[in-house]
Amino acid sequence: MNRSRIVSTCLLVAGFVFYFLVNEPQTGHAMHIMEGYLPISWALFWWVVFLPFFILGLRSINKIVKEHPEMKLLLGVSGAFAFVLSALKIPSVTGSSSHPTGTGLGAIMFGPLAMSVLGSLVLLFQALLLAHGGLTTLGANAVSMAVVGPMVAYGIYRLIMRANGSQRLAVFSAAALADLATYVVTSIQLALAFPAETGGVLASFAKFASIFAFTQIPLAISEGLLTVLVWNWLQSYNAKELSQLRLLKREETL
Amino acid sequence: MKKGLNWLLLLGVVVLAVLPLVLVQDSEFGGADGAAEEAIKEISPTYEPWFQPLLEPPGGETESLLFAVQAALGAGVVGYAMGLYKGRLDKSKK
Repeated sequence: MNRSRIVSTCLLVAGFVFYFLVNEPQTGHAMHIMEGYLPISWALFWWVVFLPFFILGLRSINKIVKEHPEMKLLLGVSGAFAFVLSALKIPSVTGSSSHPTGTGLGAIMFGPLAMSVLGSLVLLFQALLLAHGGLTTLGANAVSMAVVGPMVAYGIYRLIMRANGSQRLAVFSAAALADLATYVVTSIQLALAFPAETGGVLASFAKFASIFAFTQIPLAISEGLLTVLVWNWLQSYNAKELSQLRLLKREETL
Repeated sequence: MKKGLNWLLLLGVVVLAVLPLVLVQDSEFGGADGAAEEAIKEISPTYEPWFQPLLEPPGGETESLLFAVQAALGAGVVGYAMGLYKGRLDKSKK
């Protein structure tokens, strides 16, 4: 036990050293895809991919609210958490800023589909009022932040819990990896739409990923920490509803 | 139990946000609309955005106001819920 702790600390330090060495400062815009910056065909494509998830998400939320009206506030907390976190533009080691997504918490509690609605509401607010992201690119941004991110969070959480890992570790990893996955998907989306002349999609992906995903690594860790923080609060103040949610999910998977 | 842990978590977040400011000196940390735009222009110089935002904050100040409003609204809801949960728990303990 003690030895594994020492080894993991060393690995962590080595990882950070490597990360700081590899990353030269560069200015990057590490957030959602901006308005008008996807060709029409791709913008439409991602909207079409996104819509079924949105509709399923609405049904999932309706079901939760109808059968368990007392969960409404907890649902609100999930949305509000994503709202706060996507407003925090945090500086990162690449010399640019980006913001976390905050979708992991809700995905763990209510499943990934509910977050496809809550996450896209956050995106809509930012697209309409802040000119951050956009309406035409909302489909693509929602697929990365409100669909793939929450799915990754949910999957990772289940995986770690099933392997009898600690719950806090599961919450942390789920939130952090969901955050990272969001920006990896953004990079893929941009690479598909703008393949490089030499090297094609892969070369573009490397370029966009270096802007988006690298910046995101420390933010993903922050998001993981903040999600565990809120999880701790819920655990100490509202353990009852949390365990009720666990039962709900078990029913669904049976 | 975890009062200490929660403070540690917050400390971790602050350190992760402040460290880059200290380590990377020659940068403005622009999340400024620009670099992904530039990357796109490098790859595909002829690309023109075909749609403009309907409303755009007139400047940095208004934009930061709106971001602050967004964070405040979210934090308000989270704080309200936590307060309510804690109050309810305290009451049921009595």
